[in-house]
Amino acid sequence: MQRYIVSRLGHSVILLVFVSMLTFVLIHAAPGGPAILLAPEMTGQQIQQAEKSLGLDEPLPVQYVRWLGNVARGHLGESFGAGLPVTQLIADRLPATLELVGTGLVLSVAAGVAIGIVSAVHRYSIVDHLSTGIAFFGMSVPVFWFGLMLIIVFSTTLHILPSAGAYTLGAATSVGDRLAHLALPAIVLAMANLAQITRYTRSSMLEVLNADFLRTARAKGVSGRAVVYHHALRNALIPIVTVIALAIPRLVGGVAITESVFTWPGMGQLAVDSALQRDYPMIMGITLMVSIVVVATNFLTDLSYLLLDPRVELG
Amino acid sequence: MARAAVGRPSAAAPFPASALARRPSRVRRFWRNPFAVVSAGYVIVMIGATAAAPLVTPYAPDRIVLGQDLRPPSAQHWLGTDQNGRDEFARLLYGARISLAIGIVAVLVSVTLGTLIGAAAGAFGGLVDALPMRLTDAMLAIPLFFLLLAALAALGSTVLNIVLVIGLSSWMTTARVVRSEVLRAVNLEYVTAARALGAGSRRVIARHLLPQAFPSMLVASTLGVGQAILAESALSYLGVGVQPPTASWGNMLSHAQNYVFASPLLALWPGIAILLTVLAFNFIGDAVRDTLSPYQA
Repeated sequence: MQRYIVSRLGHSVILLVFVSMLTFVLIHAAPGGPAILLAPEMTGQQIQQAEKSLGLDEPLPVQYVRWLGNVARGHLGESFGAGLPVTQLIADRLPATLELVGTGLVLSVAAGVAIGIVSAVHRYSIVDHLSTGIAFFGMSVPVFWFGLMLIIVFSTTLHILPSAGAYTLGAATSVGDRLAHLALPAIVLAMANLAQITRYTRSSMLEVLNADFLRTARAKGVSGRAVVYHHALRNALIPIVTVIALAIPRLVGGVAITESVFTWPGMGQLAVDSALQRDYPMIMGITLMVSIVVVATNFLTDLSYLLLDPRVELG
Repeated sequence: MARAAVGRPSAAAPFPASALARRPSRVRRFWRNPFAVVSAGYVIVMIGATAAAPLVTPYAPDRIVLGQDLRPPSAQHWLGTDQNGRDEFARLLYGARISLAIGIVAVLVSVTLGTLIGAAAGAFGGLVDALPMRLTDAMLAIPLFFLLLAALAALGSTVLNIVLVIGLSSWMTTARVVRSEVLRAVNLEYVTAARALGAGSRRVIARHLLPQAFPSMLVASTLGVGQAILAESALSYLGVGVQPPTASWGNMLSHAQNYVFASPLLALWPGIAILLTVLAFNFIGDAVRDTLSPYQA
């Protein structure tokens, strides 16, 4: 067990280094350069000076190794645009994004698992068809259009929910106010993931419902309800851990657009701006952080399998 | 004949004859799914209307008429006009050409690449397996959408670049699926037999291993078209999608956003077009999966 964990940790770290190398090469390989070096009023000499002061005149491998060395010491460098440390810029925006992603995750997992179980138990019922419909809608709708439609309905027509920001500016902060601001963006974010979670839960539940041990339980006279909630659900929940792990990268991908639609003060806008302006340290910092989250989730998922399911053996 | 017989050795079909006999029922299975039939009809009608766009609407998609902007739907302009007085229905039709082309070509790129990588990894093993699969893991851990933005900002948002960027960043699922299908088949007797008969590795992969992965490739492609259309619309929303005056569903939607109070319907049409089209491809992909692998949940 211990050896397995250590070796998996090692693999994760190697994967992260590989990810950072790939990102580094990709962003530097494309033609053009950081937006700050493209200002029309700059002379060739000034550009060269700026490149030198940013360390961009050195060969790529040298730049990468220096970046990696700094990361090992906890420095992600300074943003080209803002001139502030990348860690500080991320730290400022991170809580709002975590709030949104966390709510979206809880919402989509809670709703998805519940709907998935009901559809599996009442297979081919109206509820099942309806939930399949919702799942397909969630898979097929453009995120920002769905957000826009919700704003039109709930904010500009019905006036019951705010359309922008994380709280009412200038007003005293209250839980109700924050929740009201969180509602629409969290729904939009959760919708994109609901499909996958619902369908996965449904099929994993169906598989268990058809298993031999459940037929035995029924034959022994266990009531229908007890079979579902006591015997089936327990076993069906194990693969659902995977779904949560799959949902996290998707949530992170969807959050940039959701934040931009609802002008949410999180990292999304920061990420988009830094990508468009080719702010190398910022791009590297954000990519690194997201990949750490993704790789850590995968690691924890595999680990939780070992703990949750005695049938899984170390491979 | 022989190829059809080895179509699916893992399925419960002990004799070649029964495998052959199941063929027509698969097609019937697809046609019995009402969503799939309606979706297929919708896609065919839409592709037809798009190809014959000049016959369907008298308006040119980029003809600007001053003083005719933001008109509501009428007998002349079925879906109204946009902020520049252009006919919204015509733009939707011509925009479909771009959006569908992006969806389909991007999928061709990603499925070709994914199949090549997955098949090589599964068939050869060793380093040819390990390196591409680590690359796949890494690509799946990177917030790719964000790198797409950076790439398009640098390369310029031409239709070709958008197609390449979407295609090159979405091959990982196909690669994984194809690899696992190939791995499943690579040690089966008929493959060993083909090798023993002197078939080279290229022939074994193309004739004996890839047909195994074909159903998964088909499913991945159908679902991928929808995902690529969604990706184009998301890129457009952030300003690096297809550039005006060329109409694409994504950029129509993102421009309509500015007129959402004056003319909310303008944001409705392209959104519905995207939603219905992606929905149709998803339904078809789902039905194809059910049809080709009925034993999977």
